[in-house]
Amino acid sequence: MGAGIVSYGGYVPRYRIRTEEIARVWGDDADAVEGGLRVGSKSVPDEDEDTATISVEAARRALDRTSVDGDGIGAIYVGSESHPYAVKPTATIVGAAVGATPLMTAADMEFACKAGTAGIQAVLGLVESGRIDNGMAIGADVSQGAPGDALEYSAAAGGAAFVVGDQNVVAEIEDTVSYTSDTPDFWRREGERYPQHGERFTGKPAYFKHTEGASNELLDRLDASPDDYDHAVFHQPNGKFPARVAESLGFDEEQYATGLLAPDIGNTYSGASLLGLVAVLDEAEAGERIFFVSFGSGAGSDAFSLTVRDGIEEKRTGLRETLEDVEYVDYAQYAKHKGKIKDE
Amino acid sequence: MQRNVAVVGVGQTAFGEHWERSFRDLFVTAGVRALEDAGVGGDEIDAMYGGNMSAGQFIRQEHVAALIADYAGLATEGVPATRVEAADASGGLAFRQAVLDVASGASDVVVASGVEKMTDLGSDETNDALAGSADREWEVFGGGNVAALYALMARAHMNRYGTTRRELSQVAVKNHRHASGNEYAQYTNEVSAEVVESTPYVAEPLRAFDCSPASDGAAAVVVVPAEDATAYVDDPVYVEATEQASDSLTVHDRRDITALDATSEAAERAYAEANFSPGDIDFAEVHDSYTIGEVLAVEDLGFAEKGEGGGFIDEGRASVGGETPVNPSGGLKACGHPLGATGVRQVVDATRQLRGDAGTQVEDGSVAVTQNVGGTGGTAVVNVLSDGGSV
Repeated sequence: MGAGIVSYGGYVPRYRIRTEEIARVWGDDADAVEGGLRVGSKSVPDEDEDTATISVEAARRALDRTSVDGDGIGAIYVGSESHPYAVKPTATIVGAAVGATPLMTAADMEFACKAGTAGIQAVLGLVESGRIDNGMAIGADVSQGAPGDALEYSAAAGGAAFVVGDQNVVAEIEDTVSYTSDTPDFWRREGERYPQHGERFTGKPAYFKHTEGASNELLDRLDASPDDYDHAVFHQPNGKFPARVAESLGFDEEQYATGLLAPDIGNTYSGASLLGLVAVLDEAEAGERIFFVSFGSGAGSDAFSLTVRDGIEEKRTGLRETLEDVEYVDYAQYAKHKGKIKDE
Repeated sequence: MQRNVAVVGVGQTAFGEHWERSFRDLFVTAGVRALEDAGVGGDEIDAMYGGNMSAGQFIRQEHVAALIADYAGLATEGVPATRVEAADASGGLAFRQAVLDVASGASDVVVASGVEKMTDLGSDETNDALAGSADREWEVFGGGNVAALYALMARAHMNRYGTTRRELSQVAVKNHRHASGNEYAQYTNEVSAEVVESTPYVAEPLRAFDCSPASDGAAAVVVVPAEDATAYVDDPVYVEATEQASDSLTVHDRRDITALDATSEAAERAYAEANFSPGDIDFAEVHDSYTIGEVLAVEDLGFAEKGEGGGFIDEGRASVGGETPVNPSGGLKACGHPLGATGVRQVVDATRQLRGDAGTQVEDGSVAVTQNVGGTGGTAVVNVLSDGGSV
């Protein structure tokens, strides 16, 4: 059997803010926003939660249900666009927290919303080449949206961690391909607090072009079609884009519904596609196939074809159930949680 | 006119969001299509007129007429190329200048083109560029962008004539339906009145689907002396009249804000010149940058009495199959509105109709009007075109 996912864990903060509450503050038409984005609420981190704490939480959950312990992790890559430090890795914090240090390699990655899947590919390479037995890739964010910007309706918090190895694999990675171009659809310059974006340019020439590019290339290489898959997971910057891209590729709602979390939790950026994969692995049965595609602005997509193997039942995390334990906050609490207002 | 003029070639790009295509790609594509349609080579061109509203703001490029000539491959030919600007009536003016150039005897083969590349900017910058068609000091600084000014006209029309919200919606509904057969249109999906009325307000009572979109696109036509036309093509379209009129730039200085006097003035002159009455017009391409714009147009062009334009459209009389189809192409609302290109695109679509090869074809159409408005009505161009059958 080939290398793949040995274990996994996801974490989403329990606070939520509703779309209508944000619309109330900015004088927007809540129904129009919700209808346009198909996001009804988004997750909000607690005051002291950041990408490091979310990554550690996801990593611990991933290690809870596996015989691999910290010592067995040879590499940790944390993908995020909201690393707490500009200089100093998040990955070492996670390594120390799960007992993986010191004989390991660690690094932070950044590729907008797809740095987590870039980490999976890097770990997969180390595993398949025999350099390490197991590695961990994490995608996590406490994403930023400027007050009043359209991003504020979706920019959420959460993350997921995947242990990748070649023993006790519960989801084999059959193949992965990437589709990359230099496309300025969304960016945040050094020193800027909030990202900027190209409005409608983030759609067709960015999200759709790259997601479809990677997807079609992977299907071609495997001589596969959407009908060959039981589940499909796409990056989900909102509820609308992943549904639209899935349908344009030929997947139906039954295939993508399980992994579509954005309508309830918003866009968790580097965590978004990975959390969707967690939700699918929580439901999938041995023998089922999963089509999984990330997207990161800037821009690129990583597409993966996975087959679920025996042993998946023991790895299930019950992510969907944890997402039901929520506490709604108003905009003032949200502003405090996100550091938009601070006590002096 | 000193001598009669005919359209012998038309071409356009699809209108829409051309993320992957530049300003110059667009006009070259449209121009080549028009020349191929006419069977004219670049070395035969005597002059070029290019309609463009605001390349300086949209792509930071001025001097676009020389750019057009250069990328059309005519840099070494010394062809005079002139940019024409009158906000979103720039294309209509470029066509008119081309026609007058040929009519005067100064030139024999002239290309009129229009082009706009709008999607390189964000929405705030785009809206600010659009506002440049209104009076910056008296209107825009006070908050009156173009949508707000058309909203004032709509509100006044509703109050005075009982024009309804549903009648405005029917303009968008009809034009989307017409565009469903137009392969060059930005939107070919049909919409219902309920959908139009559920979109967010832009400037009350106008909602998002009352507004034409920001678009990239280009259109071009080739005009020659009418007497030479059949040497180029079997089915030339004849320019029966081209007229233009101005009005106060500011809406508040107008005689009446429920009418565009520039349109009615240009139309009156054009009908007199062509010896036609409104009843002789078989179909029209009009300037529905906002749905109220089409209501005003059908009145100011004389298809309906003042105040009855909304009902005229709502009753289906402006639909393909009705008495005077208006915007059988889909209009600005559904074709898209790349500002400087629109006036030329209207001539392209009218020509296709008169030749009988339009996507949504009007039956037995032999006389057409195109009406192109700059901003809120400071400029209007009205052209009368025919297939020659009634001349």
